[in-house]
Amino acid sequence: MTEKLVVVGAGMASGRMLEHLFEAEPNAFDVTLFGAEPRGNYNRIMLSPVLAGEKAFEQIVTHDTDWYAANRVTCRFGETVTRIDRKRKVVLTAGGEARYDKLVVATGSAPFIIPVAGRDLPGVMAFRDLDDVNAMIAAAEKPNARAVVIGGGLLGLEAAAALRGRGMEVVVLHLMGHLMERQLDPAAGYLLKKELEDRGIRIHTEAQTKAILGDERAEAVLLDDGTIYPADIVVMAVGIRPETRIATDAGLHVERGIVVDDRMMSSDPDILAIGECVEHQGICYGLVAPLYDMAKVAARTLVGEEAAFRPVETATQLKVTGVSLYSAGDFAEADDREEIVLRDASAGVYKRLVLKDNRIMGAVLYGETSDGGWFFDMLRRGTDVSDMRETLIFGQAYQGGGQLDPMAAVAALPDDAEICGCNGVCKGKITGAITGKGLASLDDVRAHTKASASCGTCTGLVEQLLSLTLGDTYNPAAVTPVCGCTDLGHDEVRRLIRAKRLKTIPAVMQELEWKTSCGCAKCRPALNYYLVSDWPDEYADDYQSRFINERVHANIQKDGTYSVVPRMWGGVTSSAELRAIADVVDRFDIPAVKVTGGQRIDMLGIRKQDLPAVWAELGKAGFVSGHAYAKGLRTVKTCVGSDWCRFGTQDSTGLGIRIEKFMWGSWTPAKVKMAVSGCPRNCAEATCKDVGVICVESGFEIHFAGAAGLDIKGTEKLGLVRSEDEALEHIVALVQMYREQGHYLERIYKWAKRIGYDEVRRQIMDDADRRKAYFDRFVFSQRFAQVDPWSERVSGKDKHEFRPMATLSLEAAE
Amino acid sequence: MMRMTGQEWVSIGTLHDIPQRGARCVRNGDMTIAVFRTADDRVFAMEDKCPHRAGPLSQGIVHDGCVTCPLHNWIISLETGRAQGADEGGTATFAVRLEGQRILLALPCGSAAAVAESCDHG
Repeated sequence: MTEKLVVVGAGMASGRMLEHLFEAEPNAFDVTLFGAEPRGNYNRIMLSPVLAGEKAFEQIVTHDTDWYAANRVTCRFGETVTRIDRKRKVVLTAGGEARYDKLVVATGSAPFIIPVAGRDLPGVMAFRDLDDVNAMIAAAEKPNARAVVIGGGLLGLEAAAALRGRGMEVVVLHLMGHLMERQLDPAAGYLLKKELEDRGIRIHTEAQTKAILGDERAEAVLLDDGTIYPADIVVMAVGIRPETRIATDAGLHVERGIVVDDRMMSSDPDILAIGECVEHQGICYGLVAPLYDMAKVAARTLVGEEAAFRPVETATQLKVTGVSLYSAGDFAEADDREEIVLRDASAGVYKRLVLKDNRIMGAVLYGETSDGGWFFDMLRRGTDVSDMRETLIFGQAYQGGGQLDPMAAVAALPDDAEICGCNGVCKGKITGAITGKGLASLDDVRAHTKASASCGTCTGLVEQLLSLTLGDTYNPAAVTPVCGCTDLGHDEVRRLIRAKRLKTIPAVMQELEWKTSCGCAKCRPALNYYLVSDWPDEYADDYQSRFINERVHANIQKDGTYSVVPRMWGGVTSSAELRAIADVVDRFDIPAVKVTGGQRIDMLGIRKQDLPAVWAELGKAGFVSGHAYAKGLRTVKTCVGSDWCRFGTQDSTGLGIRIEKFMWGSWTPAKVKMAVSGCPRNCAEATCKDVGVICVESGFEIHFAGAAGLDIKGTEKLGLVRSEDEALEHIVALVQMYREQGHYLERIYKWAKRIGYDEVRRQIMDDADRRKAYFDRFVFSQRFAQVDPWSERVSGKDKHEFRPMATLSLEAAE
Repeated sequence: MMRMTGQEWVSIGTLHDIPQRGARCVRNGDMTIAVFRTADDRVFAMEDKCPHRAGPLSQGIVHDGCVTCPLHNWIISLETGRAQGADEGGTATFAVRLEGQRILLALPCGSAAAVAESCDHG
């Protein structure tokens, strides 16, 4: 009979333990997993990049529904275990109880909230889980919002940098004399402070918090010295304490943490404990590497194998984009210790090694941290460094004579050198897996060895190992970059534009480290669109980054002439309009006139210099640009609907015109073509459009993600709505979602396939709040987009574009 | 027509007439010459004809020292007029000089009128 294993806590340690357990004996236990958070295991270390907007939450989920299902784990997320009844061997929650044969307590830690007045006010939060992150992101959306972060340690500074990146005014209060005093010496602390201050973060050291002020919610923080900092939110990041309440109540041996032996067994042999809630040989751990070791040991203990946890040295890195900081070991000063220091102020580099008996005791690196792993490796081995004392501080590349390139430095590492500190993976294991299992990408290595799968700071090293082992066959670009000017993909670029609030093309290129001075014909139009889409009110459209058609609002033809398509709302026209078109054709000697597939009239073969005059004439007749050239809304094709057709169920023409008048002028990642058919006979061919509507007796069936070009694809059904108003709201929301998420030049059908049709339905059909928010953002952006480019040009804007700057009259030629 | 050696410098307008990372055209008899201005205010001139299918290079996107043709995305070096990457071919280039803000274009001797009629700059 399979034994029942209950795990309390769905954090990083328990997720890893279950992996090891299922690897060793997939069927040994019937597992029930409790988690207080309403979600499964995710990589908590990566919450800082999520807060900074550099990663999406989905990217840091370590175990998804499929994984739990495949391993038959009963998940009870959002259910807090309140008590352990050791006599009956059950755990109790508000919703019931669960019986166990073996119990693993992995309750982690709770943020320490300093006991000052006002700590319970709304607006005071910790930085511990996704809910905290979401609360902070929401607070940062308010213009000029202010945050006070209490605690200048690792977490506090990551939070501060991320919130500042989101545009908040940020003050960091730190009790000690310099930042991160547990990991940094005063000199490195000073450099870090300066760097953060340069980013506009205010740092107040030796700050003793007296109270949090506010009536309904937090409004300010008061210090002992009388200083008051106004605050919309107060983030407490002063430390953590092991979460041991249920263990204490159950009568287990608890000191600072739940006391465990080398096998991770508590004072009750049927109860194991792992993670931040435990104490082993008097030490509580807060970094991930030892927690993963515990996970491995606990899994082996559960299946009856011998295993023992050993105390470990840990190294720390700060995850703030643009700040390189590494610290390991113990660097307190003492009489029997020596130090080696390297300062290079102009390069912003500071390195300090603390030695005792020619062995490295501690290392602090700021600004240049690539040798961190090498120093740490010698620290743990107790390597005698007397032979290289002279050049030690310059790093591994300087050992043995000439300077080596980074690749050679990695090649020179011994097989047992640790590459991934979080997961304790050494070089030999990685290279062995690459050759043994035929791995070809970073993701493969992460999946098979876990190296670089946690905090990700060793990613560079792992990539170097891939390229050393595989040679030229290794292609690091797992994500397809936007173009040759960057290694970033479209998603990262879009996310970073928002996270870092980048509002000009030069700012994007500078901050995201573009490799070319001003981009290329691929990335510039993409960036221009992303900026127009994200900052509709602030961004000044860059015409030089638009393709010629969008620059002159006409379509270039093979001979360098242009074609012009006036807008005919819903494909409906009149004798006056037709007469005006006929007159323009005659007057400008336009060689060809054609009806397009989208029910419009196209005049082809117009000379560039004639464009403004053609537009002026068409404008007099009431025409605006048909945007037949735009990565934007092109046409809404309609049938005659209930006005004329004996089968028509609704006013399809009217709805088409309404949609077109509402949405014209909006820019989108690629062109958007729509259609409204008045009955399922579908004369407007709505089921192969980007967005289509089929009118039925009971309302309006909305379709999306069709294609009838290079690819042919019928639409997916979004859903049925009752009224025209609802139809408009759903369509607008869908297009706005696409505007915000699509990659430049990616049509709706490709975007929807990439993110999942169900996800689109979920957000647009099922989530009314989200739909409304998309709708509102679209309406806001239209305030700046619905300007007829033709009338703008006719009134003189950029008129030079259309004429030669000089004509050299040449006798021989005339 | 006899081709003479030597060049004739013709003033065609000011730097201000061309947007950064953009181009404007100069008509020289039957030929259209595209004059480009880069992000760092260097100015180049070449015939407004892509070596591939004669696309108007003046209508392309200007980036670094190159322009991408609007018809089929060939990339042409502004300095040499040569197609970049795997494509082969070239376009005739003309020397350009900046005298303060004024742009002077060099044409082969005898091929241009002594005086340039500047189009109305309003």
